[in-house]
Amino acid sequence: MRQLLKGDEGRTDFSAIADWIEPGSSVLDLGCGDGELLEHLMLDKGVRGTGVDIDLDKIVACAAKGISVVQKDLNGSLDCFETGAYDYVIVSQTIHQLLEPDRMMSEILRIGRRAIVSFPNFGHYSLRLQLLFSGRMPKSSTLPFEWYRTPNIHLMTIADFEKFCRERALRILRRVDISGGRVRRRLFWPNLLSAGTVLLLGRMEPESR
Amino acid sequence: MALKAINDPTIPTGGGASVGIVETRSFTFAEREEDFIDLDCGARLGPITVAYETYGTLDRSRANAILICHALSGTAHVAGYHEQTGKNPGWWDDAVGPGKAFDTDKYFVICSNVLGGCAGTTGPMSIDPRTGRPYGLAFPVVTVGDMVQVQRALLDHLGIDTLLGVAGGSIGGMQALEWVLRYPEQVRSALVIASTARMSPQAIAFNAVGRNSIISDRNWRGGQYYDDGVLPAQGLSVARMIGHITYLSDEAMHAKFGRRLKRDELAYDFTSEFQVESYLDHQGSKFVERFDANAYLYMTKAMDYFDAPEAYGGGDLVRALTRLRARLLVLSFSSDWLFPPYQSQELIDALLRAKKHVTYANIETPRGHDAFLLEIETEARLIRAFLDATHGAVTGG
Repeated sequence: MRQLLKGDEGRTDFSAIADWIEPGSSVLDLGCGDGELLEHLMLDKGVRGTGVDIDLDKIVACAAKGISVVQKDLNGSLDCFETGAYDYVIVSQTIHQLLEPDRMMSEILRIGRRAIVSFPNFGHYSLRLQLLFSGRMPKSSTLPFEWYRTPNIHLMTIADFEKFCRERALRILRRVDISGGRVRRRLFWPNLLSAGTVLLLGRMEPESR
Repeated sequence: MALKAINDPTIPTGGGASVGIVETRSFTFAEREEDFIDLDCGARLGPITVAYETYGTLDRSRANAILICHALSGTAHVAGYHEQTGKNPGWWDDAVGPGKAFDTDKYFVICSNVLGGCAGTTGPMSIDPRTGRPYGLAFPVVTVGDMVQVQRALLDHLGIDTLLGVAGGSIGGMQALEWVLRYPEQVRSALVIASTARMSPQAIAFNAVGRNSIISDRNWRGGQYYDDGVLPAQGLSVARMIGHITYLSDEAMHAKFGRRLKRDELAYDFTSEFQVESYLDHQGSKFVERFDANAYLYMTKAMDYFDAPEAYGGGDLVRALTRLRARLLVLSFSSDWLFPPYQSQELIDALLRAKKHVTYANIETPRGHDAFLLEIETEARLIRAFLDATHGAVTGG
């Protein structure tokens, strides 16, 4: 079963995400976990939030916070969300755990005017060095699993994702990186030094400026 | 008005605290012809007596009232005991009481028998004041909407304007959904459990077979069997057996009965041999003792007619739900094939499209439709979290 991964880097990305969200907007959080981010956005930004998660315990946690939440497998259909139904669709630390990340990417930019995606960077130098010197699949605090039992089935680097966005006509509007547990707005050589990245995306259309 | 249930926490229970000894009370309204209520079928009905029970205490702001709606065979007796013996607990005693899913330390819980039923509220076995004899089929066909209208009258009588929540499973869930559509301003939340926004053809089909079984019983006598000292017992019993098959699941039957026999050897005759057969026999004959065959006809018909998208949205569920003001908790059960999870998910999808506040979980269980009465622990976690958050939002706490 897909596990939601909110390590230190995962929590850090919340502050960057919150910065980008316009007050009073509508937000869909796919893979919302215990609803921490949505609760923050609802209290601080007055957003109208909806969460989706597959884990029953997370649904209970969201319900206790008064968050509108639906138990759903993100590998299934998202047809219940209408085109343009939300201002922002957030997929935090989840995209690399899905069976079809490409389908999810096109879905979230159908449902939302903007998408916010965060993921661990498999190009980080510490992972590269582990692979180079130990010859085994690397691990980190955000990627602690053995290869045979990991929810992280579609790991990628920042460079991979940028190429993906170029090919799909997705526009990276803003971006921050996480390094040393802190949010970095201008990180040199991100594909080497960033532990995780957070991106604000839009479609490659005139109005997406 | 002081509203307080009779609590006796000294009564021993299987687990968790009990609301203790309770009594069923009754309230009669629409006594004069000009006060009769208008039913969906066009008929006017009165007088109407409602059997109900209450538990917990209504707070000063009257913001903590929760109505629980029972399913097909339920009664107003949802929790506690009627006698010191501790026998016959309420039908959802595991979920209603101090510290339970519906926490009677916090909430004032009301449950009433539905219109058209046979456990104290006016129904086909009640006396028709025009004739002095039981109504039988002269009783008008009632709908889920009519049932809810009567519950509204009860709450007016109890001095409750706005409900914190209305909850129910199966046809009880239909009533909960009907409540938030019919009285959108008067309910803060609905808990729709193992239910649907519209009855499916498969579920109608099972009800139809049940009704046919009753109607084809010689003792049914066109519904006027009350004066003759007979009962369409066989017909009602078979109807109940069919019902119980739909409340279980393939997996539940394997676990509960397997192919086990009552005796050690095959009898090579047509008596009930398998344990699943004797279970159905037992359920059937037990039901006949406590349920009226005509009430079964009326209740199942009300279910079959239930179609919220048609009644409130011209066939469009999203449109029907735009009027909604309440938050909804929707729960389905993975192995429920009478009200399968997809029906709850259709409701959720429409709620999302209508941009309403929802909480949805599909609980994994092998126990079929009956799970809504059995998977209490999981349900309780969701119900408590949802109700407490709703109560907090309402009271600003």
